[in-house]
Amino acid sequence: MNRNEIRAAVLKLLARIAPEANVASLAGDVPIRRQIDLDSMDSLNVLAGLTEVFAIKVDEADYGRLQTIDDMVDYVAERRAAAKGA
Amino acid sequence: MHTALPHHGAVAAWASARTALGCTRGRLNLGAAVDRIGAGAAQDRIALQVGPADGGDAISYGQLAERTDRIARVLRRIGVRKGDRVFVLLERGPEFHLAMLGALKAGAVVAPLFAAFGPEPLASRIRVAEGGVLITSAWLHERKVAPLRSALPELGAVLLVSGGDAAAAASGGADTLDLEGLMAEADHGPAAVAMGEDEPAWLHFTSGTTGTPKAVVHSHAAGIGIHASAREALDLRAGDRFWCTADPGWVTGTMYGVMAPLLHGATSVIEAGDFDPRRWLDTLGRAAINVWYTTPTALRMLMRAQAQDAPPLQLPALRVVASVGEPLNAEAVEWGRRVLGHAVRDTWWQTETGAIMIACTPRHASPPGAMGQPLAGLRAHVVKRLGSGALEVLDDRAEVEGELAFEAGWPGMFRAYLGDPAHYAACFCEGLYLSGDLVRRDAKRDFWFLGRADDMIKSSGHLIGAFEVERALMAHPAVAEAAAIGLPDPTVGERVKAVVALRPEVQASPALATELRAYARARLGAVMAPKEIGFAAHLPHTRSGKIMRRLVRGRELGLPAGDLSMLEEQPDDEPQ
Repeated sequence: MNRNEIRAAVLKLLARIAPEANVASLAGDVPIRRQIDLDSMDSLNVLAGLTEVFAIKVDEADYGRLQTIDDMVDYVAERRAAAKGA
Repeated sequence: MHTALPHHGAVAAWASARTALGCTRGRLNLGAAVDRIGAGAAQDRIALQVGPADGGDAISYGQLAERTDRIARVLRRIGVRKGDRVFVLLERGPEFHLAMLGALKAGAVVAPLFAAFGPEPLASRIRVAEGGVLITSAWLHERKVAPLRSALPELGAVLLVSGGDAAAAASGGADTLDLEGLMAEADHGPAAVAMGEDEPAWLHFTSGTTGTPKAVVHSHAAGIGIHASAREALDLRAGDRFWCTADPGWVTGTMYGVMAPLLHGATSVIEAGDFDPRRWLDTLGRAAINVWYTTPTALRMLMRAQAQDAPPLQLPALRVVASVGEPLNAEAVEWGRRVLGHAVRDTWWQTETGAIMIACTPRHASPPGAMGQPLAGLRAHVVKRLGSGALEVLDDRAEVEGELAFEAGWPGMFRAYLGDPAHYAACFCEGLYLSGDLVRRDAKRDFWFLGRADDMIKSSGHLIGAFEVERALMAHPAVAEAAAIGLPDPTVGERVKAVVALRPEVQASPALATELRAYARARLGAVMAPKEIGFAAHLPHTRSGKIMRRLVRGRELGLPAGDLSMLEEQPDDEPQ
């Protein structure tokens, strides 16, 4: 899975949680919560969704690191690479 | 009207709160009371500390007095008079504290709005409060307010706090002003208007089970209850570093986020960003927090983020951890003891009570999971409403379940629902305020929360009214009827689900469920909109035509149907 595919899957996940958002128009480097309306439960569901969609372990303590779409793409790519290397 | 309690002077905690606040002969302006308390301490004591002390901004009590005086003068200059509304729509940050205190000094009635609300809850609350001036940020103005303004003539001038600038103000039109710029031009010197303790200070909105949201009126006397309860339940003291994590748009964000620390001469530590477990736990230590007031949802999210075998945190300054907003589970109490070094103290109150009423305090050892016992001066009862409109007070039993009620007339008690005297009167019976919360009182007189007597949904510490959710969904052309219910959730307490009956020509489908969720989120905002949509062929009604949400919820949870004698017909449809 390359970064573009990861990004597309992250956007699909966000669209599932916040169906009112136009995810195609989201900026990658601006905090997601500045662009779409997510409450704390939505944010937890985003993390749970990353675990499910990408089959990676998302540590909930990393919540604060995952502010933007770019953060998520980096995080997923990193975790997948680490899992392969292991 | 409700004077069952002894004279307030007879309760030592309330008498000493009055003295501390400088409330004499019935005169009290809480904005000025903060200055008085700050002046009693060193003027360079920090009132507001943004983030940990080693890097954030700090505002001293002296600076706080000066800036809030300027805000009061700006408000007067643009025509705000005693009793006029000032709405405050801001995210966590010192601007919220400054705006609120400035507006109180000006004699205005401050109405905080939750920044996560969608356009419908915002507009309905501004209308219920009969309009007024708004203080917000350029960002929130652009995103939440500007699209509403043409259809909301009740909204007067909009003042943009720092972060907004003159250019942003100019682009908002003639009635959009740059607060910072106006403050710089304003005269300095004390600006507080003389107020009576019974004159209104705040409107806080509650979303009812029927009808439009209600504006709960609190007077300046609410400060007496805030002061006394912060001492007794939170052990808050002058010079303490206090952190309340509640969002400013909710009543806890005002009464304990802004007022409690400043009425005690403490330092209010403000963590401006969104929830982040690492940063929050870090702030507890780095900001040397003494007293921490948070919510069960935040505690449960921290528990999830912490490894099971993580060593206890070293938090030598921390003295009290307390929680509010929804029932605190025993596991969270114990997690506090193990990881933070203190069992989490539960506290119970609601918008109408104005301050904490029941709490776990060191005075008696309440078992984990209990709400605790009433604070000094308050008398709580467990009652049952009888069909005739009378009450049965269930005090003579060792262990009892029923509705929680209080002898009316405590200092912070709400004074009205704005424009709705009938609804206000209905909250009282035989000298008691009826809370709407069902509780158990055990043989040792500790109270335990059981649930709501009505259909309010408690999600993530917020009370969500089913009707507001249903009304938004029913505006969708596919929906004939909707019932909003709360389903148990391990992290947020309850999550909102809506079960909808569609118009005859419409077919249920997953795509329609997603569309309805999007429709509700765009109108209500994420915190209030349903997380789940279910479909049913019909919704069950009472004979008088009200939807029986309790039965809808029971079906969702697979509970026995209970008494169906009130139904117009036996329900034979099951949610799909």
